[in-house]
Order: sequence, then C-alpha cells, then structure tokens
Amino acid sequence: MQQPTSHPIGTEKAISIRNLYKSFGELHVLRGVDLDVFKGENVVVLGRSGTGKSVLIKIIAGLLKPDQGTVQVLNQEVPSLSEKQLRELRLKIGFSFQNSALYDSMTVRENLEFPLVRNVKNLSRSEINRAVEEVLDSVGLSQTINQMPSELSGGQRKRIGIARTLIMNPEIMLYDEPTAGLDPITCMEINELINEVRERYHTSSIIITHDLTCAKATGDRLAMLFDGQFIREGTFEEVFETDEERIKSFYDYNFVE
Amino acid sequence: MRRNSRDYVITRRIDNLLLNFYEAYMFMGRFFREAFRGPLEFQELVKQCYQIGYRSLPLISLTGFITGMVFTKQSRPSLMEFGATSWLPSLVSIAIVRALAPLITSLISAGKVGSSIGAELGSMRVTEQIDAMEVSAVNPFKFLVVTRVLASTISIPILSFYCAFVGLMGSFLDVTLNEETNIVAFFEKAFEQITFLDIGSALFKAIAYGFTIGMVGCYKGYNATQGTQGVGKAANASVVLSMFLIFLEEVAIVQITNWMR
Repeated sequence: MQQPTSHPIGTEKAISIRNLYKSFGELHVLRGVDLDVFKGENVVVLGRSGTGKSVLIKIIAGLLKPDQGTVQVLNQEVPSLSEKQLRELRLKIGFSFQNSALYDSMTVRENLEFPLVRNVKNLSRSEINRAVEEVLDSVGLSQTINQMPSELSGGQRKRIGIARTLIMNPEIMLYDEPTAGLDPITCMEINELINEVRERYHTSSIIITHDLTCAKATGDRLAMLFDGQFIREGTFEEVFETDEERIKSFYDYNFVE
Repeated sequence: MRRNSRDYVITRRIDNLLLNFYEAYMFMGRFFREAFRGPLEFQELVKQCYQIGYRSLPLISLTGFITGMVFTKQSRPSLMEFGATSWLPSLVSIAIVRALAPLITSLISAGKVGSSIGAELGSMRVTEQIDAMEVSAVNPFKFLVVTRVLASTISIPILSFYCAFVGLMGSFLDVTLNEETNIVAFFEKAFEQITFLDIGSALFKAIAYGFTIGMVGCYKGYNATQGTQGVGKAANASVVLSMFLIFLEEVAIVQITNWMR
C-alpha cells in the first residue's frame, strides 16, 4: 500500500475556510464548513457523491461564490477579490478537473502552452518549448506532445490535465476526483504523481475523492464531509478508527486493502 | 386555488423572460467591454474567420447561384407579358442586393455557424473546459466569445456580397441562355438601378445579422447547462432565436431604408 511521502509541513496556512455556506435554491450543499490547509500539506476531502466536495474547491478557486463565510487562500479573501486580483491569485492555483477538461480542439502541446503564453509575457519560442517538454516529462508523457486529447486514454488525460496546471508552477493544487473512472494500476500511478508533484513543486493540495486507496496514498490529513459539514478530521487511521456508523459504512463499502 | 397556481406560472414565466433579457443585455455589455480592452486574441480571430467565412463558401456559392438562376427563371414569364424581359437584370439585382443576399446568407449562417458556435461553446461549458480556462487565469470570454462574435460580424457581410455576386452570375447564366446578351451589358443593366443606399443598407443588414448570429450562438452556448441535453438545446436555441431576431431586424431595417429613400 502506498503512503504519502514524508514531506515537511509548514505552520503557515495556505488555505483557511471558516463557517462556509453554499446553497443552490432549496439544496443546502455546504452548511458551516471550516477547513485549514497548511503549506506543504496534502488534505483529502472525503465524502459521498453530491455532498459538496467539488463545490468546496470551486469556491476556493473562485469559480463559485459562497453564500456566507470566509475563504482565505494565500492570505487573500477570495470572494471579495476583484477580477484582476482573482486572476493573479489563480496563477498560484492549479485545478485538476474530474474529467480533465482538456481543450478538445487543441493538441497536447497547445493545451500546455495555452495558460503559459497568455500569462507570461515575452517568452521566446524555445523557452515555451522547453517549459512544455519539461512538464510533459514530469508526468511521463513526452511522446503525446502532438496528439489530440481524443487520442489519449483516461489516465493520460488526467496526467496532461495536471501537467497543464503545473506549467504555471502553482503553490496550491486542487484535485477533483483524480482517480475517478480509472483502473487500479492507473489509479496507483496518479496517486504517485500527486505525491511527486508535492515533492517537486512544493505544493499544498486538496484532494477531493471517495476513493479510500487514493485518500490513504496521498493524504497527510483527511476530512470527512457529510451533509454539508465535516464530521471527522485526522490521519487515515484516526478518521476510520471509530464506531460512528456513517464512517464505518463508508469504509466497509469502499475500501479494499 | 387553480387560478392562483396559473397566475403563479404566468408570473414566473414573465420573470424568467425578463431575467433572460437582462442576462442577454449584460452579456452584450460584457462583449463590448472586453472587445475594446486589449489584447485581442488575433490568432483565434483569424481561425474563426476561416471557420465561419471560408468554410461556408461552398454552401453559400451553391445557394446563391441557384437562387439567382431560379429567381430569374420565375420572373421571366411575368416580365414577358409586358414585353419587359430587358428589365430582368435590374429586377434580379435589386432583389438580390437589397434583400435576398443578406437574408439568405444570414439564414444559412444561422443554421450552419450559429448551431456550431452554440454546440461548441455549450460542450466546452458542460465539460468544464471554460472553467479550466478561468482557473488558469485566462479570460474565456475574450478567447471564445469576443473572437467568435467579431469573426461572425466580419465574415457574414463578406459572404453576403459574395452571395450577391454568385447570385447575379446564376442570373446571367439563365439570361444568356435565353436572351442575347453579354456579361458587360448584363452587369451594366443590373447595376443601373442599384444605389449607394441599397449597398449601404445591405452592408448594414449583413453586419447586424452577423453580430446577431455570433452573439446568440455564444450566449446560448456559454450559458449552457444540463449536460449533453443542454448542448443540444443551446445549438437548437441558437438557430431558432437568431433566425427570429434576423427577421425582426430585416423588417426594421427595410422600414428605415424606405423612409430614407
């Protein structure tokens, strides 16, 4: 069984969330969420489908506005940032989408170049090429550089999606269901990649998943979201050493060691 | 009780309609803000002009040519009754330049281009590609919407004049097969009755239709929801709404041009 690599975790907070509420009409998704992520830490947010895990990281990235509460990312209050400030903050945030969200009409190279050429001015062609090749090499997919996203497997798409965020050297990584829909071997490779990204880029991460293998392999700390609130937090062992019925059933039906 | 629930449904529909108008107005306002704030995604604009303009040429050529030819064929018997077949080039050119070319081009483009923009952006929305652009600190509105609306506003007037030219060529073919004429005489006669106002109003119409098609397609696609079903709805609504708006604009512009004439 993989374990998260030992990595120094800072005392400074990268993300700090307090009393976060979010509803969609009558549906109350988040109901008073508190969460801290320290620099260099991998926090896994666990929970059943539809419990608001993805909503949580979309609020952190400024894609959704919360109804109430504070969301501080790198000491900046996300909901109150101007468009320009939010864009600057987003340069420090990497977001890996559940379905990779690669741009269908572009090759892998164009996908990777896309944020770089628009956010870093005066880069020469050779510098862009070098950055693309480096980041592709770091996810082990140099051979796919001229392929279209439709020609890639699910695992390759995930890796390219992660590479696209890494090209901007983010300080924070947000992974939305990184292993969803992948076979166990590819899941293991993605888990390794998440740990490697932390080692190489010194990122702080939130990993949204309901895959307990992924949670155990990547998380320094786990937080269990249930009915819009965190019901338990701690290491993998601390979270699952309990008689709490909701957590036990989640463990029993999901986890095969 | 029944009356109350019916009133509620009507009120909600009116609310939704007004909300849609407001959102469309805000969307258009954002377009003008973003379009005039640099830098422009020039490469994407050229790519979209190629997609919208160049790739529509075969369809516009075929439709324009056949329209010109058929219109000439069907007008001949009526003019023959008055012994006025020599007026055919003028009649056809007035019909094509003033009305048919901008209208046919825009209706074809509403189907071909509008649906394609609606479906493409809708699919990008539901597969989170637009969100991915946003979180990578790139302005998706500028990259996707501004370029497509501008490309459509630039390309459709060009296509429209091309359609008029091809339509006149179709008409010339029919005229030359039935009457004794040559191309110089035909075009001299054809442009005899065409004024700057005709060309100006045709240009204005085509610009308005191009803008409408691009804007509606982008608005519907950019705001698509509900997965693949939403993509289909966005593509369909792009065509239906832009055609509806094109007809309204046609009536308004023709009325204004007639007042000016």
